[in-house]
Amino acid sequence: MKLTKVVISGFGGQGIMMMGYALANAVMKDGHQVTLLPAYGAEVRGGSANCTIAISDDEIASPVASAPEFIVVMSTPAFLRFQNYLKSGGTLILNSSLIEGETIREDIKVIPVPAGKWALELGDLRMANCVMLGAFARLTGLVTLKSLEEALVSLFPARKAKLLELNQRALRFGYQTIEKEEK
Amino acid sequence: MKSSANKVLLSGNHALAEAAIRSGCHLYFGYPITPQNEIPEFMSEHLPKLKDGGFVQAESELAAINMVLGAAATGRRVMTTSSSPGISLMQEGISYLAALELPCVIANMVRGGPGLGNIVTSQSDYFQSTRGGGHGDYRTITLAPCTVQEIYDLTQLAFYLADKYRGPVIIQGEGLLGQMSEPVELRELEKKDLPPKDWALTGAKGRPGRMLRSLILEEGVLEEHNWKLNRKYKEIEKREKRSESYRMDDASLAVVAYGSVARIAKGAIKRVREEGLKVGMIRPISLWPFPDEAIRKAAEHVSHFLVMELSCGQMIEDVRMALEGKAEVSFYGRPGGGAIPNPAEFGRVISRNYYQKVRKTR
Repeated sequence: MKLTKVVISGFGGQGIMMMGYALANAVMKDGHQVTLLPAYGAEVRGGSANCTIAISDDEIASPVASAPEFIVVMSTPAFLRFQNYLKSGGTLILNSSLIEGETIREDIKVIPVPAGKWALELGDLRMANCVMLGAFARLTGLVTLKSLEEALVSLFPARKAKLLELNQRALRFGYQTIEKEEK
Repeated sequence: MKSSANKVLLSGNHALAEAAIRSGCHLYFGYPITPQNEIPEFMSEHLPKLKDGGFVQAESELAAINMVLGAAATGRRVMTTSSSPGISLMQEGISYLAALELPCVIANMVRGGPGLGNIVTSQSDYFQSTRGGGHGDYRTITLAPCTVQEIYDLTQLAFYLADKYRGPVIIQGEGLLGQMSEPVELRELEKKDLPPKDWALTGAKGRPGRMLRSLILEEGVLEEHNWKLNRKYKEIEKREKRSESYRMDDASLAVVAYGSVARIAKGAIKRVREEGLKVGMIRPISLWPFPDEAIRKAAEHVSHFLVMELSCGQMIEDVRMALEGKAEVSFYGRPGGGAIPNPAEFGRVISRNYYQKVRKTR
């Protein structure tokens, strides 16, 4: 794979770091080179959270993205801030259940995913991150659904098997619902 | 598709902690500071479970380094980790560790300074790590990884070198390298023969007592002790210089960079190579002993060296000393604690230097 950079951003507490960790882990399982860089600082719940994932089949020079090819935004502040960073011709995937307003960019592709709404259909808003990640896998083809499901295993301790199952279901739901919409 | 079977995704901080425990370091003393808190967190979770494990969150960095000194005196493998301001506080203890010839590993996940600075990545502690840091005529082996895998490998090497040469070894990490995650193969460093720890304070039952002290008042004895340390440092300089050469075979300009800056520079070199610029890189892995011979040797076919650092220029002094005037040196850097340069920016700087310094002389 050619060097591809992804930024995931939202509120602290939405599971942004979990999305990044699951994605990076899955990409590794798919056999690619990967770096994951969380933004670190005085982070708080409700504050901003973001992380950068670089994917390549070659050595990765910089884990930082100045102009990523893909951006996933889960909140309005993240959308307003990160739309400017996206590479020209890049893809912005946004959580349309929470984000209002239009992009100011005319040179990018915008794909709304109602991750919050779909998570509620599954019974828990907290699944929005995994719903989004499933949709991301289908929309971008950067990662396989199978590897994402496996990656989640390392995120949940054995005693939380039920949560793991729910999150894996959310991944599949996001992936398959986008797939149906495409048809 | 490359195999990922034996790889795990680890942050630099976790890789360092994991490698330390696997190297037999079951004792850890430290005081929290960003951006390296994942190390003590990991140690606090895993060390108390071990039969001979011990973890103490000390009351200060000063206390932590002296706990390290005490534990090292018993011959056990021990580590502390911190970030720039915390490492400054430890310098007294590091000087004592060097004087007493006690093996231990100290990792510095460098952040922006001076003073409390900020928590953003930096390379501004190069002088402190490579010039001894505390008082007295001593040096510390300093290893500078540039990937998470290398953090894992060099941590094991650090414990080995500490035991081999009896002294503190510094791992010069960086905030960025500690925070980022990459796939790591959990491979074991080959265990080579190490000298017996016949100096360790393990209780004198059945043998004459031993003593470790750094106060040496007898006439001529301190001088003799310093000559002994010096012979050891000369031995280290002879055997332990490490560096990586990247595309140096036909290079007419050489970048010299270490740590995170080296990986960004590598990305930049790939770009300018596509435009036909003959640029390579020498990446020091041991900052002390500095790989001066590799640089001097490169000067046989390289007319210009470009030193890149995330500081206003520290390693450049070692590059100049290594070259002894044999080639021209220029510098590009920024103070740490700010924006992290990207390969495009480095590429522009390399191209500019190439056309101004190398091409004009041809």
